[in-house]
Parts: sequence; structure tokens; C-alpha cells
Amino acid sequence: MLKFQGKGVYGAIAVGKVSLFKRQEAQVRRIHVSNVKEELEKLSEAKSKAIEQLSAIYEKALIEVGETNAQIFEIHMMMIEDDDYNESIINIIETQSVNAEYAVAVTADNFAEMFSSMDDSYMQARASDVRDISNRIIACMNASDGGNEMSGEKMIVCADDLAPSETVSLDKDKVLAFVTAFGSSNSHTAILARNMNIPAVICAGEEFLSSIKDGDKLIVDGHTGTIILDPDEDTEKAMLAKQSDDARKKQLLQELKGKENVTIDGTKINVFANIGGVDGIGAVLANDAGGIGLFRSEFLYLESEDYPTEDQQFNAYKRVIESMAGKKVIIRTLDIGADKQIGYFGLEKEDNPALGFRAIRICLTRPEIFKTQLRALYRASAFGTLGIMFPMITSVSEVEKILSICDEVKAELTREGIPFSKNVEIGVMVETPAAAVISDLLAPMVDFFSVGTNDLTQYTLACDRQNSKLEPFCDTHHEAILRLIKMSADNAHKHGAWIGICGELAADTSLTETFLRMGIDELSVSAPYVLPLRDTIRKIDLSR
Amino acid sequence: MKEFNYTIKDAVGIHARPAGQLVKLIKGLGSTVTITKGDKTVNATQLMKLMGMGIKCGDTVTFKVEGGDEEASANAVEEFMNANL
Repeated sequence: MLKFQGKGVYGAIAVGKVSLFKRQEAQVRRIHVSNVKEELEKLSEAKSKAIEQLSAIYEKALIEVGETNAQIFEIHMMMIEDDDYNESIINIIETQSVNAEYAVAVTADNFAEMFSSMDDSYMQARASDVRDISNRIIACMNASDGGNEMSGEKMIVCADDLAPSETVSLDKDKVLAFVTAFGSSNSHTAILARNMNIPAVICAGEEFLSSIKDGDKLIVDGHTGTIILDPDEDTEKAMLAKQSDDARKKQLLQELKGKENVTIDGTKINVFANIGGVDGIGAVLANDAGGIGLFRSEFLYLESEDYPTEDQQFNAYKRVIESMAGKKVIIRTLDIGADKQIGYFGLEKEDNPALGFRAIRICLTRPEIFKTQLRALYRASAFGTLGIMFPMITSVSEVEKILSICDEVKAELTREGIPFSKNVEIGVMVETPAAAVISDLLAPMVDFFSVGTNDLTQYTLACDRQNSKLEPFCDTHHEAILRLIKMSADNAHKHGAWIGICGELAADTSLTETFLRMGIDELSVSAPYVLPLRDTIRKIDLSR
Repeated sequence: MKEFNYTIKDAVGIHARPAGQLVKLIKGLGSTVTITKGDKTVNATQLMKLMGMGIKCGDTVTFKVEGGDEEASANAVEEFMNANL
């Protein structure tokens, strides 16, 4: 048994036999030709044929991976017709009197070189696109269009790397998984694998490739990126169990997708998802969440080396809001301090950061940072359904200040003629005992509450979240916490506001019935919990 | 001739997909459009060269539009940039 470690790009497990990917890449030789015109004709024929093949791949990709991901093949067609690329090929044929295959290969090398020398991993990945289209043209000239013939059995395709067109061209019914020795998670191949729902591991290394041969037994774990060659019995058993667990979850997903979050007696509740970045949207949609209940905006600040500009923020928010196509997106304003520190904010070290200068306290002290974020949020609101929520609220006066800054921002945008939605919902997090206790005063000021149970637990029970010794004292089901949530829910409803829960407790299915009985309107959980939670809700009967 | 500057806001810059879309748009305009970054200038219908410029988030590029309905072409390009990049 041998283990290799790569990067998992699609989380699923496959157990099966190796099929080494054979590329019909003919060795290109430089041949001197006397009839240049013939070579030019051969080139133009091969190009038409390549474009024909690419349109077919594009059509296949449209169905299997959707328009956005299929567009790369449209780009490939454009690359084949690119003037500079063609001039270079024709120039080599004409000036050196050489065969067209050679001219294409040299041109491919030159352009690929240009891309791989760029100090940008995204552009470096484009080098493989150039090689891919060039190999296709060369293959068309050699008239060998025999693809990868595979036997009836489903196999695990192993390759040094796979071009996007090769990935899409694989017959999905015959591929259990694929593993590449190289590649990047930025590559279109990785993106396509995710969309084709094929377990895939990339960057398994050269050693992996040299250790395997056709027919070898392999386990691919796309969750962890682990590949096991010739697994022993126990390992195989364990992985098969993990696989059937996956299958069960997938089944659940299929059965529950598109269904309502409704109890047996007809009580409905919204189940939304929590995400921490723009790239989480895929999982939100795949798991059929009804909206985004908590979008943590911190990533914008954490990934940046300086304060992110209004436009940078606007673009990120807009992308999320647009992707959700009208479904509600609740974005939480900056929540740093405590366990999340950012250098350029220049915050002083504190003895007790959880009780310190964090979240809304920073925003109200440094309104210029806050206003930039609010302007970006309001501008993005024009593109869908937005809710804005504010973290770490403890008093009425904080909410008054926030609302007046929101009004200033809206007035500015109106003056500048910049569109924004008039229906942006405003909410506050209930994550301090203070907010819960004065929820009767806060509710009339806002559209919604969102209970952050992690902080509410730490502040109510006086238990530091980071201290593992306190585990036995930190009872997340503590009556005090449940009473604070109930109190907030009652006060919200009394004043026409709605209430959601976005902390970890929302996903705790042993409390789902309790929350439903309190009249909680929305539960927001990380994407993989959406469907299991829906399953729980649909089995509850509140009339009993 | 019409000229304007644009600062890239998209996190990965002018990468393959938007570059392709931009080239497609400009080919349909009937004006000659060039893009300049620093001392490098390309004709905006040259896909590979455009991608090869490695225009990144935060880079400011200059568009020059010549011939045809310059006003309309410049507006179309600016609109595309605002919406996609």
C-alpha cells in the first residue's frame, strides 16, 4: 500500500482501477518542404476541423458544466483564429519552408512561454490553453481522431495533466475519477471537474505517475486529496464506508432538493447558508439554500494588504448578490478584532480582545472605513435583494448612530445619481446578552435580528471560546441562552421584525424543534448542513 | 479620436474569459481600439497579446478609439469594462 498526497478539487471518493490517459500527441518533427502552399492549405483545413471539434466540445460543455464554464472553449476557438498566432505559424512555414505541424508546435511553445513567464498564477495557467489548441490542430493534420478508447468498466483516469478540452471530452459514464500529477486549482480543468461532479485530485506529483500502471487498484479521496495505491483490506473497507456515507448524503440531496422547509403540520422556516467569500456561492446553490443568511465581509479586508476600496468591495458584493438571482443575501459589516486581526488596521494588542475593540466598535470609531463599506453595499443593492447586518450591538445609541450613517450614505448616493435599492433590510446581530435583554427596544428600529450563538454563548456563560479547558462548562444548550433567544424572538415579532439564527446552534438538529416552537423565521448554516437540516424540519410535527 | 483611462477592478484582471468577450465586442464595433498599459500598446482585437499583457487588478489602462462612430464605440467599451472588469 502506498499513499500519495495531492489537492482534492472535488470532494467524493472513488475506488477502482487505473487507466493511464493516452494522448494522441504525435512527435512533431521538423521537415523541410518544397511546396509551401500545400502546407498552408493543410494548416487551414486543420484549423477548420479543430474549430468544428471545439464547437462540438462547447455544446457538450454547455450541457454538462453550464455556459460560464463552457465559454473557455469559445475562447479556444478565438485563439485559433487570433491574428498574431496565425501570423507566427504562417511566417515560420514561409520563411523556413517547413511543415505546418512544426510551425504550430514552435508557435505554441513561444506563446506558452510568454504566459508561463508572467508572475501571475492565473495567466500561467493559460499556457496550457495555448498548448491544448495547438495540439488539437496538429492532431487534425495527422488525421488521427481516435480518442481515448476505454473498456466497459469505469476507470480512474490518471494523467500528467489534463487540458480542459480533454477533461470535457472524457466519457463521464466511463470515468470514476481523475488524478493528475500536475495542474493548478486555478486551471479550468479543476473548475470543470467540480462542475462535472467527478472526484478529482490534482498535483499528485511525478512520483505518483511513475508508480502506477494500467489496471492498478486505486482509492481517490477528493475530500482530502489522498490517493492510495494497492490499498490493504482495512483501508479499503474504511474508504468504502466513507463512500457509501457520501452516497447517502447525495441521495438525501437529490431527494430534498427543490422541496420546502416545512414541518408535517405546515410550519415553514427559511434555511439559508453562511459563507465567508465569493467562492462559497457554488456550494450555496448546489445545496439549494434559500438565500445567504450570513456573508462574512471580513475576507475582503483579510485578503488585502490595505483597506479595500469602495469599488473592490462593490464588485465582490455585486457578484454575490447577482449570483443569488434575487434570493436574499445578508451581508454582515466588518467584524474584526478579537480572534481576527489585520495588520494595516494598526490595532493595539489587548489583554482581553473578545471584550475589546472589535466589530461595530471599530466602525463607529473610524466612520470613514464604515462609510466606504456601506456605500459599496448600497451600490450593490441595486442588483438583487440585500440585507445588511451589524455585529456586536449592545445599545440603542449604537443603532441610532448606524442608522444615521446609513441615511448619510443614501443621501450621498442620491445626490450623485447612483442607483441603490430602497428595500435594503437592516438588521442587528443578537450576540451579546445586552442586545437580547433590550431586544424590545432594538426591534422597532430594525427589520430583523440574527442571533450569533457562538458569541452569545461565550458572553452569557463567561466562557472564552478559545480556551479548551472550559469545554465542560460551556453548555451550548444552556437554559440561559435559550431564554435569551426566546426573548429576542418574542420582541422581534411584537414589533414586526423577523429573527434568524446564524451561529453554530442553527445547525444543531437536536434544537431545531425548539427553535421552530419559538417561532424563529430563519436558520442560516454552512452549506453542507442545509439539506440535512431540511430533512430534520420535514420530520417535525409541532401539532403533537 | 476618443481616449479614456480605466482602472481594473476585477480581482484577477483581464483574464481569458473577459479578454475573449472584449475582443468579440470590439470586433463588432467598426472602430479601431487600442489598449495601452505603461509602454505596451496592443490592438484590442489581438486576443493573445491582450492576454499576454497581464493586466491586473488595480492597473490603469488607456483606451484609444479611432474611426467609425467613435463616441458610440468608446461608450460601448467603457460600459463593458464597468460591467465586467
